Amino acid sequence: MSKKISRRQFLTYTLGSTAGFLGAGMLFPMVRFAVDPALKKGGGGNFIDVNLPLSEVTDKPKSVQFKVHKKDGWYSFDEVLTAWVLRDKGKILALSPVCKHLGCTVSWESNPQFPNTFFCPCHFGRYTKDGTNVPGTPPAKPLDHYETKEANGKLLIGPLMKT
Amino acid sequence: MLRAIYDWVDERLDITPLWRDVADHEVPEHVNPAHHFSAFIYCFGGLTFFVVVIQILSGMFLAMYYVPDIINAHASVKFLQNEVAMGAIVRGMHHWGASVAIVMLFLHTLRVFFTGSYKHPREFNWVVGMLIFFVMLGLGFTGYLLPWDNKAYFATKVGVEIAASVPYLGPYIATFLQGGDIVGAQTIARFFALHVFFFPAALLALLGAHFILIRRQGISGPL
Repeated sequence: MSKKISRRQFLTYTLGSTAGFLGAGMLFPMVRFAVDPALKKGGGGNFIDVNLPLSEVTDKPKSVQFKVHKKDGWYSFDEVLTAWVLRDKGKILALSPVCKHLGCTVSWESNPQFPNTFFCPCHFGRYTKDGTNVPGTPPAKPLDHYETKEANGKLLIGPLMKT
Repeated sequence: MLRAIYDWVDERLDITPLWRDVADHEVPEHVNPAHHFSAFIYCFGGLTFFVVVIQILSGMFLAMYYVPDIINAHASVKFLQNEVAMGAIVRGMHHWGASVAIVMLFLHTLRVFFTGSYKHPREFNWVVGMLIFFVMLGLGFTGYLLPWDNKAYFATKVGVEIAASVPYLGPYIATFLQGGDIVGAQTIARFFALHVFFFPAALLALLGAHFILIRRQGISGPL
């Protein structure tokens, strides 16, 4: 406890911490302002009525387009999204058409060589009907899927579940 | 730890003489508020510089959200002010700081004037200071338009009309300022460029000259 502190050291510490306090008071709001997008919670919890009666959801994947209202800072717009909707073992699936390899667009049976699969034309990535990637093809993960809900015999599509 | 980092850098770059030369100099008794409280009037120049630093920093951060365009300018300002965390504070710093900077600069000018510090051999530094004053007014004028609200628009219209009243050259100055024949899309683009590139560059160069001169010539003597 008898460690003496010199006058010069005391002044250095005092001035240093005062300057640090003032500097932090100045910089904190600005840095918080700049990193805000990284700290904001993602919006989209909305389910959209895609105007598709549940009776039309069959075992065969069906391409469904729907509009999502997007807010990008001060700019709002409607983004048109596509989902492959199907019934797999009684469960409704809404698969994202974005290939998990490099983000091209996959389609159901678009290549006659590979029936009964989702096919990506860019690097011949393939997925089975439930979206599972076929081993030996480029994608390393199954297709993302949208959350779904049923209401009044109609299909509602919600936010994208990332895998 | 900090000491060790400093020593490591200093051993290689020899930075000690650099900051010693900047920071280590006598402060005469008559400008030290610890000796005579009234000497606080000598702080206004430093305070102006401090506010300018705040302006540059807050301006840099505002530019992360702002867009200089007639369709989006006001929407982006509204967004950064109301929806981004601390937006009101950062824009407030820039908004109020602009006025504080002009006030401090004016008080500094009054101090220099009433202590006669502008006299030989410091006349040139007075001239540099006046140029800084005009650059700061330019920053205020160009920055005022950027939020693109009614106040900004009509203030700029008035400002441009004042400039247009200059004999002979007026119409040319007005067209140059507007970048066309109305206050509009081209005006906001060039005011933005002036506000964030041209004027700050000129300001930093002039401040450098101002500080070198005061170090070379020293602070003027007591009254």
